[in-house]
Amino acid sequence: MNRKSLEEQFFRRLTQLTTVLLFVVLTWIIATILYRGIPAMSWDMITKVPQGGFYFGKEGGVLNAIIGSFYLAGGATLCAIFVSLPVALFMNIHLVKYQSFLTRIRLLLDILWGVPAIVYGAFGFTLMLYFGLRASLLAGIITVAIMICPIMIRAMDEVLRTIPRGLMEASYSLGSTRTETAFKIYARKALPGLTTAVLLALGKGIGDAAAVLFTAGFTDYIPENLLQPTATLPLSIFFQLSSPIEAVRERAYAAAIILTVIILLFSLTGRGISTLYKKYSANGND
Amino acid sequence: MVMTETPIIRIRDLNVHAPDNHILKNIHLDIPKNKITVLLGPSGCGKTTLLKSLNRLTDLYPELKIKGNIYIDDDDILHPERDVSQIRQKMGLLSQRPYPLPMSIFKNVAYGLKLKGITKKDEVERRVQEYLKKAALWDEVKDRLHSSAEQLSIGQQQRLCLARGLAVNPEVILADEPTSALDPVSTQMIEHQFQELKEEYTIVLVTHMLRQARRLADYVVFIYYGKIIEHGPVNEVLDNPKEELTKKYVSAGV
Ligand SMILES: Nc1ncnc2c1ncn2[C@@H]1O[C@H](COP(=O)(O)OP(=O)(O)OP(=O)(O)O)[C@@H](O)[C@H]1O
Ligand SMILES: [Mg+2]
Repeated sequence: MNRKSLEEQFFRRLTQLTTVLLFVVLTWIIATILYRGIPAMSWDMITKVPQGGFYFGKEGGVLNAIIGSFYLAGGATLCAIFVSLPVALFMNIHLVKYQSFLTRIRLLLDILWGVPAIVYGAFGFTLMLYFGLRASLLAGIITVAIMICPIMIRAMDEVLRTIPRGLMEASYSLGSTRTETAFKIYARKALPGLTTAVLLALGKGIGDAAAVLFTAGFTDYIPENLLQPTATLPLSIFFQLSSPIEAVRERAYAAAIILTVIILLFSLTGRGISTLYKKYSANGND
Repeated sequence: MVMTETPIIRIRDLNVHAPDNHILKNIHLDIPKNKITVLLGPSGCGKTTLLKSLNRLTDLYPELKIKGNIYIDDDDILHPERDVSQIRQKMGLLSQRPYPLPMSIFKNVAYGLKLKGITKKDEVERRVQEYLKKAALWDEVKDRLHSSAEQLSIGQQQRLCLARGLAVNPEVILADEPTSALDPVSTQMIEHQFQELKEEYTIVLVTHMLRQARRLADYVVFIYYGKIIEHGPVNEVLDNPKEELTKKYVSAGV
């Protein structure tokens, strides 16, 4: 007909196409992992650490990497929360007055977000040497925490930005102090979004291999303290996949299934938490 | 202009500057106790800024430079060492759009009580009910006090914000076009509440609706480009304006 509707048609088609494409690619990836991983999947995979000869196709599992990943990503996320939440709150409560400064901070964080994980890995490695640490759970946690902080801060910042200024003024008008405004009003309003931000960072932390390559080390055992090295699922997948032995490579796919399921569980829990929160926040105690 | 009533707020030589704008110019104004004073004026003349100066919400905008004195009960609230929280609790603000706190209806009202240090359960419950009644909202929400305040209609939210403001027990209610986002029925409810509330509170109301000003005002202040042009009892200013600018504004608006 006319140009406008043609344009509209074109862009609608384009979005449809990209959606389908994305869906196809995702399904393909998941199908591949499942197809190759399921036959190699076994109870041993998730309940046993590698036994002697595991990397030659003999028995054992990747429990070391599962637990290691939980420790590492959990610890890093926890550390990152303690840094990111105050920073994001500070940006949106105290720094709103200084818009141009704030814009620069955001730009900086966006750049840091884009820095490849391997750079963080190298940085973590330098830090580690400087402090005389060895490749360990602690060094891994610190590196991953540094890596996911910009993500978490920016994601939290985006959530807090959408909170209307009027709400803040309403809170102040009642005579609340800054701290009360920050923690009772802002944080509460933002909680569902903040949960998502934390999970985003956690997902990145648990799935990343490059940052922990030099810093967390690798071991067949479950770490017993922060100074011991730890295995992680991404690295475990990487090592198994580089094996010349077919059976070992198949098990890499089984480990990939485990990692995917863990990430899926995290995001489902996150969804659940924020829905529950929305439903009951009205009744909840402070 | 002579005002016989005792002023609760005395504004003296108030000047507010933005970096490239002189927003309020030499404001000199007495606001009498337990009356409704309406601020009238074209958009952008500085009404909101004046209200925000009265509870120091202007502190949130460091680009604004404020000079002069505002006395409330003989305290100069612009003094930098005054406790802002206390000042703000004396001056409840009702904004143009309602912003309920992200919690239940009950807790929205209880929030102010808590800030005041009232935490005993039965007293909190009694007071929440009292203020919701004062804001004419009780009957509509009494069966769902513990559901989220964000589910209320905008009109109900505005009345909730009124109840929440009353709960901190202010002396003055600053209302910035409180009905501009509301339907006629909710507007009427709020107006009706204001009539009742002025027994106990001093109300400063910004409105663009001359009819609302006529219905509610005891005194009218007409502001134009940051200056007070005319100021006096409602019938004098609206029916017999002395100044050319006021005449124009009033005749255009009716
Ligand atoms: N923080 C600020 N920085 C710079 N200029 C400001 C600021 N706040 C207000 N102004 C300016 O001051 C003038 C008065 O604004 P104000 O919001 O007080 O007007 P108003 O009378 O409430 O208008 P309306 O009826 O449209 O609400 C406007 O020109 C506005 O642009
Ligand atoms: Mg205004």
